[in-house]
Amino acid sequence: MTASAAIEAVAASARKNRARLLAFLASRCGDIAAAEDALADAYCAALEHWPRSGIPERPEAWLLIAARRRLVDGARARAVRTAALPDLRIAAEEARQLAEGEASFPDERLRLMFACAHPLLDSRMHAPLMLQTVMGLDAAAIASCFLVKPSTMGQRLSRAKARIGSAGLRFEIPENSELPSRLTGVLEAIYAAFTVGLEAEAGELAMLIAARLPEEAEALGLAALLRHCGARRAAARRDGAYVPLAEQDTSGWSAAMIAEADDLLAAAAAKGRMGRFQLEAAMQAVHNRRAATGRTDWAVLLELYDGLVAQWPSLGARLGRVAVLAEVQGAEMAWCALEELEAAGLRDHQPYWALRAHLLHRLGRWDEAAEAYALARGLSTDPAVRQYIESRARCSRVR
Amino acid sequence: MKYCILIYETADEFAARTDPARCDSYWSAVGAYLAAIRQSGVLAGGAGLQAPDTAVTVRRAGDGYRVEDGPYAEVKDQLGGFFLLDVPDQETALQWAARFPQRPGQGVEVRPALPEE
Repeated sequence: MTASAAIEAVAASARKNRARLLAFLASRCGDIAAAEDALADAYCAALEHWPRSGIPERPEAWLLIAARRRLVDGARARAVRTAALPDLRIAAEEARQLAEGEASFPDERLRLMFACAHPLLDSRMHAPLMLQTVMGLDAAAIASCFLVKPSTMGQRLSRAKARIGSAGLRFEIPENSELPSRLTGVLEAIYAAFTVGLEAEAGELAMLIAARLPEEAEALGLAALLRHCGARRAAARRDGAYVPLAEQDTSGWSAAMIAEADDLLAAAAAKGRMGRFQLEAAMQAVHNRRAATGRTDWAVLLELYDGLVAQWPSLGARLGRVAVLAEVQGAEMAWCALEELEAAGLRDHQPYWALRAHLLHRLGRWDEAAEAYALARGLSTDPAVRQYIESRARCSRVR
Repeated sequence: MKYCILIYETADEFAARTDPARCDSYWSAVGAYLAAIRQSGVLAGGAGLQAPDTAVTVRRAGDGYRVEDGPYAEVKDQLGGFFLLDVPDQETALQWAARFPQRPGQGVEVRPALPEE
């Protein structure tokens, strides 16, 4: 066995199974940071031993045994969290069974996700924690997505992990009575990751949770929503330029992903428990139907938006409803609805100004439209969107 | 809390300000950003700066001064302007920094101001 082959084996194992190993260890010892340290030590030990002894038949079991040894030693040395010692001994026995092929490796990532989105933790940290522990993103990458100073993000992550340990949060899937509210926290964290541009990571987390909790309509709903949006991803850019939904060439949409999303949504609907993510998935399904029918059923979209706004009146939902209203009842009605809309943070909200500009343009109020376009452009963080708005504003000016 | 957003520009960016082919897009992008920042009510000060070749550096040397043509440090990216923002926290300041219409190769720096008093 060459050293480079061993290094490659360790790297491959880390890529494939790090999250599962971490979830297993953390759920046994109740301490994510200690589990991360122990796992890092185990990878180091593998780099040292595997070149000499060869890659073990069950690399994950080998790593688990090495890591839990560090955890037990660490817990003894610090004489803290001794309550976890019995759990660690059970983990040791589990690891031995795995090594001897008596048991299959359990996937505890769901428990880890519930711990990361625990209501006792700062809700802003739910998504970052999940992205770091389950998806393996580093603090700097997460900080860049959420526009937070990297050292601040690092501190917040450490603090949140320390809180999980000190509060003795259980790494478990909540009981039936508690499940819906706890699940909402997990799903919202995944959705937050999606909204900051981590579409692939969010999609993977959503599929993971949908596969593990197939009876939960909203888990399926979120997976369907992200799949429907993901299907259009490639078509949303042409030569780096932003292409809005209405102008996208539907031949660039993924029919396979749309079909998968439709199946997920049908499975969710069969549970008979409507929810926010299912409604949003249904809206995206209506948009994606254009690939087959060539048209968008705005009336159905408006009904869906009415349902969403009635129960979950987020700013995004209310703005979305106004945009659809413009298609069904015309720009005048939509303008009235927009003027009535009040919300905190509205004047710094880019989508609000983009919609305002669009409606003013349609109403032929060119000067006001130009002003709104400038603000929508000035508030954008995406250069492609900025450029698109500039081109729209130019069209508006030459009228 | 006040934060300063320092805009650094390459020689090419400074050139874009007056290049007939590029100046319209340069100024309309900066203008849109300025409009957004004004409208938001967070602008507490700032200025766009003329190109670095207009700079004069005055250094204390012995008992007197040495006056030199050019900016304080000869580096590739030079300060092109700054905005002073009055915002609740650093994250809001970073949000505004991300909104600045940067081109590839350009960067902005966000620095908290010393507390007043």
